[in-house]
Amino acid sequence: MNPLPKEIEEEIQSFSPEVEAEIDRHIAKYPVKRSAILPIMFIVQRERGYLDAAGIAYIARRLDLTITDVWEVATFYTMINLKPVGKYHIQVCRTLSCQLLGAEKIVEHISKRLGIKPGETTPDGRFTLSWVECLGSCGTAPAMQIGFDYYENLTPERVDEILDSLKE
Amino acid sequence: MRIEAIGCEPLLLARFNLENSRSLETYRRHGGYEALRKALTTMSPDDVINEVKKSALRGRGGAGFPTGTKWSFVPKDSPKPKYVVCNADESEPGTFKDRYLMERDPHMLIEGMLIAAYALGARTAYCYTRGEYKYLIDIMDQAIEEARAAGLVGERILGTDFSCEVYTHTGAGAYICGEETALLNSLEGLRGHPRMKPPFPAVAGLYGCPTVVNNVETLCAVPWIIMHGGDAYRSLGTEKSGGTKLWSVSGHVKYPGVYELPMGYDDMEKFIMEDCGGIPNGRKLKAVIPGGSSVYIMRAEDIIGKDVRMDYEGLVAAGSMVGSGGFIVMDDTVDIFESTKNLIEFYKHESCGWCTPCREGTDWLVKAFKRIARGEGRPEDAQLLLDLCDNIEGKSFCPLGDAAAWPIQSAIKRFPEDFKRHLLPLAEQERVPAVA
Ligand SMILES: Cc1cc2nc3c(=O)[nH]c(=O)nc-3n(C[C@H](O)[C@H](O)[C@H](O)COP(=O)(O)O)c2cc1C
Ligand code: SF4
Ligand code: FES
Repeated sequence: MNPLPKEIEEEIQSFSPEVEAEIDRHIAKYPVKRSAILPIMFIVQRERGYLDAAGIAYIARRLDLTITDVWEVATFYTMINLKPVGKYHIQVCRTLSCQLLGAEKIVEHISKRLGIKPGETTPDGRFTLSWVECLGSCGTAPAMQIGFDYYENLTPERVDEILDSLKE
Repeated sequence: MRIEAIGCEPLLLARFNLENSRSLETYRRHGGYEALRKALTTMSPDDVINEVKKSALRGRGGAGFPTGTKWSFVPKDSPKPKYVVCNADESEPGTFKDRYLMERDPHMLIEGMLIAAYALGARTAYCYTRGEYKYLIDIMDQAIEEARAAGLVGERILGTDFSCEVYTHTGAGAYICGEETALLNSLEGLRGHPRMKPPFPAVAGLYGCPTVVNNVETLCAVPWIIMHGGDAYRSLGTEKSGGTKLWSVSGHVKYPGVYELPMGYDDMEKFIMEDCGGIPNGRKLKAVIPGGSSVYIMRAEDIIGKDVRMDYEGLVAAGSMVGSGGFIVMDDTVDIFESTKNLIEFYKHESCGWCTPCREGTDWLVKAFKRIARGEGRPEDAQLLLDLCDNIEGKSFCPLGDAAAWPIQSAIKRFPEDFKRHLLPLAEQERVPAVA
């Protein structure tokens, strides 16, 4: 892979001292630095909204890896967002137990309300809607996560309440 | 959602309903970390392994491998560091028991990991948790800090020579990372592709060092076994399947939830119809997937009146498997073609792409299912689906390939009518209510 343009490569010199310390704590857990790659990807994603090329270059530098090393990991895992996602990432489970209890209706309802289909983001960048696989909420189906927060036993009315309660 | 023990005293669920059940104080007030003390001060590592062997505890992650035997595979004379890795990736559709163990009683898991580390001579233990369970990682981190402050994690635990660090680790959305060798690659910071076995992780696992990977529920059973003895644990279940097991119940039952049953619980019909409240809305039972999405689907006729015993041997005799204990119940509104299509889409999405039979095979299966769902099914498609499965099963690099084939093979065999309906020319298809 060609090296990244210098300005992207050097865009992130470092994060705040607190975030840098958080990253150091993760690295310290392992005898091999590279093991900290997923925890650090989540941190970079949290700080920048998603994992962009500058984030990849930063992680490579931080862990003494090549940019390709980091890309190949980043592209494997579905929770690593390589494109921007909305401020609220609504992830509805599509797998069997949720489907049995009406997951499709939940997504239809959200789609109608937000005017986006699964895989899309609202023009104002507030919401992204996605189908995801089993969330471990099968006993409280249908279920979704917004960001990392779980919402379970969903009904269209409950979904409305949840969406109304989200901050601007 | 219900969480309760039926047919036995709660063992894994013993502290679930206590106030602040996840705090160290509550845990210790109810005997927590006494098993660790007993192991460290009165037992040798081999004693611990023997006790676990006696208990007939079998891995609760899906494969059911005897835990004590697995532990005894770790070479004692290896100069390399050894590792204990807890598998909290819990991504098998229908399975959510580990989530509640960690949410309600994280110290039970930490104590189990520490006892395992002592038995194996490990000084480091990792808990690999699926990324979606971030809130559980936070709970575990907090519990580990509490334990560390109390001298239960870190250097010279309980004043003995035994030292061990416990760390959490996050996955990032990949079912395959539940497979133990893919998990180890992921923990090493690589793509989560499975590794060739042998060597097994017990010999060459994390960073090439001897490693034991165990499921959350497996490790949570260990403190009780050490406290009360392997024989006592075994006697709760059957000769070959000791102890109790958590079943994650979902789908069309009145009371879904996490149920702790003794191994060998008699019988599945009573469990569904009475313990779980039966099928809601006056519907009838049609099918059960008893052990997570990867196991054979069962027909109601093979359950009702059949005294199906709920343990490893009983479920095999009844034509399925315990697997992860993800118990999915379906009523007579469900079209098994549709439910099977849902699962194969899961496997296609989760195929890691490493080997051709699984990567291409699951893709073709989804294409065929989608075409049939569009009303373009042909009578010969049942055989086509079976041929596609045949090219995956037993020919893939890791068990995910088999896991993708089994639900389809068993569904076509056991619910031919639901498939036939879709394989007739469109005009002849009777309208069937779609799932949900
Ligand atoms: C595709 C696949 C996914 C798996 N997912 C999990 C999982 O989420 N949790 C788990 O404990 N074991 C899972 N396993 C089983 C593990 O490979 C391994 O057998 C288990 O963690 C060993 O622990 P145990 O002996 O305590 O069950 C999976 C296996 C396969 C093939
Ligand atoms: S069987 Fe599937 S999941 Fe397993 S290695 Fe092959 S492609 Fe990956
Ligand atoms: S099937 Fe939706 S959470 Fe498991």
